[in-house]
Amino acid sequence: MSALYSVRGLVKRYGVKSVLEGIDFDLARGECLVVLGRSGTGKSVTLRHLIGLEQPTSGSILFESLEIVGRSERELQPVRRRVAMLFQGGALFDSMTVFDNLAFPFREHRVCPEAELAGRIAALLDKVHLPGTERRMPADLSGGMKKRVALARALALEPEVLLFDEPTTGLDPMTSASIASLILATQRSTGAAALVVTHDIALARRVADRIAFLDQGRFRFLGTFEEAEAAPDPLLADFLAGREEADDVA
Amino acid sequence: MRLLAALDRAAEEAGALARLGARAAAGLFTPPFDFRAGIEQMDQIGVRSLGVAGITTVFTGMVMALQTAYSLPGLGVKYYIGTVVSKSLVRELAPVLVALIVGGRIGSGMTAELGTMKVTEQIDALRSMAADPVKKLVVPKLAATLVMLPALTLLGDLLGILGGLLIAVFQLDLTAAFYANDVISSLTLEDVVSGVGKSFFFAFFITVVGCHNGLTAEGGADGVGRATTNTVVLASILILVSDFFLTKLFYLVG
Ligand SMILES: Nc1ncnc2c1ncn2[C@@H]1O[C@H](COP(=O)(O)OP(=O)(O)OP(=O)(O)O)[C@@H](O)[C@H]1O
Ligand SMILES: [Mg+2]
Repeated sequence: MSALYSVRGLVKRYGVKSVLEGIDFDLARGECLVVLGRSGTGKSVTLRHLIGLEQPTSGSILFESLEIVGRSERELQPVRRRVAMLFQGGALFDSMTVFDNLAFPFREHRVCPEAELAGRIAALLDKVHLPGTERRMPADLSGGMKKRVALARALALEPEVLLFDEPTTGLDPMTSASIASLILATQRSTGAAALVVTHDIALARRVADRIAFLDQGRFRFLGTFEEAEAAPDPLLADFLAGREEADDVA
Repeated sequence: MRLLAALDRAAEEAGALARLGARAAAGLFTPPFDFRAGIEQMDQIGVRSLGVAGITTVFTGMVMALQTAYSLPGLGVKYYIGTVVSKSLVRELAPVLVALIVGGRIGSGMTAELGTMKVTEQIDALRSMAADPVKKLVVPKLAATLVMLPALTLLGDLLGILGGLLIAVFQLDLTAAFYANDVISSLTLEDVVSGVGKSFFFAFFITVVGCHNGLTAEGGADGVGRATTNTVVLASILILVSDFFLTKLFYLVG
């Protein structure tokens, strides 16, 4: 079976600053790939490439058989309709209520009549444990609440691919655990593939079919969680165990 | 070499402005039309600028009347105050001053709003949901500015002429009827069309510069602040420079 996403030789430089130095991976249908890596290594940048928010310096990204690199905004629209992104900072629309934020994808793509929106949005808010917050403005929500509203917005149109940038950062351990369950349940019910960037090892352990470890612009490791724990790589072992950075790692 | 690089950047910037302008203009005529967003923008852009536009033009009309009367005393110029004030206001001062004052206000507002959306990834979120930021955000602003700036200019014409009237009556001992008669007999439709015509162009420049600087803002709140200042400077320069060419143009066709 062919992969849903197929990324080859992805290189991204900002001026002279090199961020990605050749990323290669496939994402299969229904699979959950978790990307780990230290802060500032380019995890968010990698995600942004997958829906064409950034153009790479070189490399190729196939979505099914469509090359995403070099496409215009208009040509990317069919892809973006099928792939949902949760941004690291939530990226809720400040000027809109929670309700209008969640209604946005429905209205934009005329999915359902206006009268059905209230029911659908209430169901989405239930999923992220925020019932009854429709009328609040994003500025009045806590960081973790914003994150969950953003998560609900990403799930709105039952996308085929979920790109989640740190879905549990800023959440308490119990809410984090329920987000993990939500990701698993969504994948089970819709068959969606997921690419999850996280620093939350517990989340990774629960949802990942495979994990990738991004370091110095490349996937230093790509495999299952068990393989990762057994891998003879001191840096990866330290990372998974949350040990302090040793001076001599390279 | 530094100069070449700067020129290169300026040309690139000009190209980007032109592309955004073209896309926004095309968006005005492509459905779906978001009337609600347009009306909201009209309120923000137009209604809330009434005060500044009014004060600016009333006082300009008054100053024009005073200056003309005092700088050429004894020549009987005061009997032509109505002509001088109305012609210069309607053709030149109202469109340019309203554009500069209101434009600075609304252009920088657009940059601040879109810039904040850009640096908090809200623009990217729009794109990620297959929405077009130009159609969603820029087009309603352009439509609203194209309506409101000419409307404010017309209002400014009126208020400026009224300002001149105040001076004519209370300082220069003319009758209101005399002043009004002078204004009406000298002012032509071409004067009004030329002045209001300019303000359409100014509205376009203000919106395109304001939105472009917002959509390309980078570097957090700091970057948004810098982009906002840049909008005021660039929009003002564009208004003043294009005013020269538009004046020539309108004298040719008018
Ligand atoms: N537009 C840009 N211009 C220049 N540099 C950029 C840009 N976007 C990202 N970078 C750089 O790319 C690097 C990777 O950024 P990225 O946001 O992907 O990190 P990350 O792995 O997601 O980190 P974190 O875990 O902290 O979110 C950073 O060093 C950042 O400074
Ligand atoms: Mg990140």
